[in-house]
Order: sequence, then C-alpha cells, then structure tokens
Amino acid sequence: MAVTQSESDQVKSPEIVTLAQEGLAPATSEVGYFAVIWRRLRRDGAAMLGAALVALIALVGLLAPLLAPHDPTEQFRDGLTPDGQPMPSTLLTEGSTRYLFGTDSNGRDLLSRILYGAQVSLLVGVLANTLAVALGVMVGSVAGYFGGWLEILLMRFTDIMMAFPTLLLAMALVAILKPSLWIIIVVIGLVYWTWIARVVYGQVLALRDRDFVTASRALGSSRRATLFRHILPQLVPTIIVWGTLGIATNVMLEASLSYLGIGVQPPTPSWGGMIQQGQSYYRTAPWMVIFPGLAIMITVFAFNLLGDGLRDALDPTQRGRA
Amino acid sequence: MWIFLARRLVQTLPVLLGVSVITFLLIYYLPADPARMYAGPSATVETVARIRHELGLDQPLWVQYTTYLARAARGDLGFSYRKQIAVTELILSRMPYTLALTLAGIFVELLIGLPVGIASAVARGKWADRVGMFIALIGISAPPFWLGLLLLYWFGFRLPILPLGGADEATSIVLPALTAGLGGAAWYARMMRSSTLDILSTDYVRTARAKGRSMFGVIVRHVLPNALNPIITMAGMDIPWFIGGVVLVERVFNWPGVGRMAVEAIETVDVPLILGTVIFTAVMVVVSGILIDVVQGLVDPRIRHSRQGQ
Repeated sequence: MAVTQSESDQVKSPEIVTLAQEGLAPATSEVGYFAVIWRRLRRDGAAMLGAALVALIALVGLLAPLLAPHDPTEQFRDGLTPDGQPMPSTLLTEGSTRYLFGTDSNGRDLLSRILYGAQVSLLVGVLANTLAVALGVMVGSVAGYFGGWLEILLMRFTDIMMAFPTLLLAMALVAILKPSLWIIIVVIGLVYWTWIARVVYGQVLALRDRDFVTASRALGSSRRATLFRHILPQLVPTIIVWGTLGIATNVMLEASLSYLGIGVQPPTPSWGGMIQQGQSYYRTAPWMVIFPGLAIMITVFAFNLLGDGLRDALDPTQRGRA
Repeated sequence: MWIFLARRLVQTLPVLLGVSVITFLLIYYLPADPARMYAGPSATVETVARIRHELGLDQPLWVQYTTYLARAARGDLGFSYRKQIAVTELILSRMPYTLALTLAGIFVELLIGLPVGIASAVARGKWADRVGMFIALIGISAPPFWLGLLLLYWFGFRLPILPLGGADEATSIVLPALTAGLGGAAWYARMMRSSTLDILSTDYVRTARAKGRSMFGVIVRHVLPNALNPIITMAGMDIPWFIGGVVLVERVFNWPGVGRMAVEAIETVDVPLILGTVIFTAVMVVVSGILIDVVQGLVDPRIRHSRQGQ
C-alpha cells in the first residue's frame, strides 16, 4: 500500500534508464519527473479509463444545469402514477422518455437528481480529501521529522482518533455540528486524516536519517528549511496517490452519512440521500435505489482506478501488484 | 509474551482515556438538551430543571466527566435516557448480534478473498487475473448499504429464499454477512494476490517447484503460511472500518446490533447510550488490535523473538 520513494536528486538517471529499456526515451534525454509519470500513466489502460470516467463525472457535475432534463427538486404532477406511486424507468422498456430513469416517491425526475448529485459528491469528496491530506501530511511529517514530545503527542492523538470507528465518529460530529454541506466536508476531513498521517509518518521516519537530510543539515539549513526543501518533496508521490484514492473513500463516506440521514440535507440531491429515500420503496420501485447506487459505484470506481494507476506510475516496482 | 501483553494493555489505557475525553466533550457540545430529551416534550421548565439537577447535568464539565469515569471503571455506564435501562445491559443484550455479524462477515471476506487472490496471482497477467481484479475493484467501490438493498431485493423479494431483514430466523444472518463481507473480500483478494506474487518469486518456491512439488502443494505448504502475517495485519487495519460498515449493514437489515443502537442513540440524543456505544466500539477496536498483535506473535516466530529482544 505504501508508496516507496525515489529520491528527487537521483530520479532522473534511473528513471531514464527504465524508460530507455521501455523504448520510450533515449538514455541521455532530460525528461521531467511529471512527464515520466504521465508517459507511464498513458500506457496503463485501466488508469486512463479511470481518468476518463473522473473527467466525465466532473463534467456532468459542472454541466448538470445544462444536461438535466428537469429541475431536480420539482415535484411533477405527472411524475407519479395515478395511484401515487413512483414512475418506473423507461430505459429498458417502451414508453415516454420524459422520465428516463423514472421518478422518486415525490414525483421528482431521478435522472436530473442523479446528474445534480454529482456536484455534491465531487465537492465533498475533493474538498474533504484536500483537508485530510493537508492535516495528515502536516501531522505525519512534523511528528516524524521533529520527534521528541511532539512526536509522542501527535502520534498518540492519531492513535486515539483511529480507535473510533470512522463512521460513528463522523456521525457524532455531524450530529453535534448540524448537517450542512460545509460541515460534512470538514467532518470527513477530520475523521480521515489519521490514515494519511500514519503513512506519512512512517515515510518521514525512514527519510529522517538519510544522507541527503544529514547533508542539508550539515550545510547549515535549519530544521524547518530541511523539512520543506528536502523531506516534503519526497512525499509528493504519496500525496498524489492518497489525494486520488482518498477521494474515493470520502465520496463513499459522504454517501454513507447521507444514507443514514445525517449527510447533505434535502432537497439538495445527494446519491446517498436518494438511496435512503428509496429504501422504503425498494420492492416496488427498485430503480430509486439502483441508479443512485450505480452513480456512487462508478464514481468511487473511477477514483480507485486512477489512484491505482498513479501509484503504479509513481512507483514502477509496485506495477501490476496490488 | 506475557510481558509484551501487559505492556500492550498499559499502552491502550491512555488511548481509551483519550477516547472517553473526546466523546464526552463532543456530547457536552451537542446542541440538543439531554434533560429536555429525558423529560419529554410535555414537561414543564421546572421539571426539566429538576431532572437536569438529578442527572448532574448542571455540574461543571470536569465534575461530570470524573463522575462518569469513576462509575465506568466499575462497569456502570449509566442509564439510557430514552429506554430507562442500564447502558451496560443494553449493550450486552445487543453485543452477541454485532459479534455474530462481525465474525460471519470476516468469514465471508476470507472465504471469498483468499482463494480469488491466490487464483489471480497464479494466473498473473492472464484474463482470469484481470477479470478477477476488475471485479474486486468494483466490489470495493460498491456502497455496502446499496449492495445490501440489492441482495434484499433479489434474495428476499424476487426469489424469496431468505428473510427480509430482522434476526428472527437462523438464515437471517446470511444476507447481512454477505453484505458486510463482500467489499472486504475484494480488499483481501487484492492483498492476497500481491502477497502470493511475492512468495511465488522467492527462491524457496523455485526450489520446491524444481523438486517437483505441484502448484497446489506450493500454495498449501509455502504460500498460505507465509501470507498469513500480512493478512492478519490487514485484518487489524480493517476492523475500525469494518465496524463502521456494520453500522450501515445493521441499518439496512434491521439487525438488532450495537451499531444500529448507536445510530438511534445519536438521533435521540441519548447521551449515556452514545457514550456507552462509542466507548464500547472503541474498546472493541483496541482489544482486537491487541489480539492481532498476539496472534501475529504466535504465527510468526520472527516477530515473537524480536519482541523478546526488546
């Protein structure tokens, strides 16, 4: 799981040798680090599928107002059957294409709600993960590099936070702070950083006594400068990989909270909340559950695929492994 | 071994203490008034004030906390405001269900995850490997509550061969356990594949193969014993997530476990019950962490010896 490091000051030569072996680059050319990563990524079909899906979902979220056939919150008079039941999806059956994915129990258009739901999922997933990565890198690198009482204090606190079952802690926090979009983002960030802190901490511990760190200190850099100039750049692959895989986890956490009814509040469409509403109707109107669930799955899947691909590209020794 | 265990136990005390402090602070700042919740909506202001005093809720925060801690040390977690039953009793009555679901779920994880992972590693690069890992990634990406509802729809409703939730029949546990275990199974499959690949490329496996041992023999004799340790480590990391997932699964299937009770407690601001369930689950996480350390020492002599050396 952990991403092993390739040292930035050594990165060019061995990378280029590998690329030369792959027939991608002449052994003498100067190729930037990210260009190398991008070339590897481009050759990975699964990762490119993930990237394409991520781009697609982001577009759907951005363009939802243009793409959605209806207002996602409008309760249509003709959105319910004469006896007040949700309208079934006409995707696989004959019928009017007015409600392609069917309607929910309020007579709202499911397709429009799912398109708009991408906004909430992506916003929460990306922002919460940014917060989690920032906190995790800060805590992990400070604890690992400075050591002493800071290390004990920070890592003990991380242990305590990790002893809480993730979802229960998030639930309790949201219940206290009252559910809203921004609270959900902050809470998910606050329960998820511990995992990143652990990984970063382990890596910084391994880097702390390396020669290039000692050399930097011997040349008179302050500890803080050494941390920023020499240690943090080594963490870039970790940050990229967790920055992607973490979004998958956080989209799932948001959906779980919304499913439990303490996530993003109605009428804002969120996929988890739609499944919660559909649960009471799953026998008669399974489409109310199936479509939002598929949307969650595809989104989480896309970020997982891209994250896995990035990990392989950033650390070729792990290629095709986990 | 015993020294190690004792040291591990002592190490967990500050963690549990920290958990209790954080939980207590969280509840203290809960916007709802527990005395009002306890008294019910029709109670007068005077009654609410009296109840607040009786419950000790008018005391300073640290007095409330130390009183709670002193009682908790004696196994008394207070009374549920809503149900008027001792929290310990409530948790103990629900615990067997959560424990059963957790064990059954982990069984599903291993039963599906390990063989798929090994098969994928043996078929490395072939289509079976790719399909297997692709399905595993989909399994990781599917929300458990959604999976649960789909299983309910098919096996409970369309072909009614399993109960539609609850815990009244012996077969009631099948769908919840499958739901809880499928996502984890996918993680174990990925992990097992990677461990198996590592082990298959070692010299001792090449030697065994050269001596004529079959692939199956190699897997039983070499891969499984050596892959045990990373799997146990993984199980340790998995447990806090798994218990979180169990909360969702219990909700989908109306399974009368501790997780569902915790959700209800949070919804009804039943302070002693929230505290009790959160601390209880944290204890479960911590205890399983210790158990995993112990088991790891038992199965891997290298770890055992390095601990003795400390």
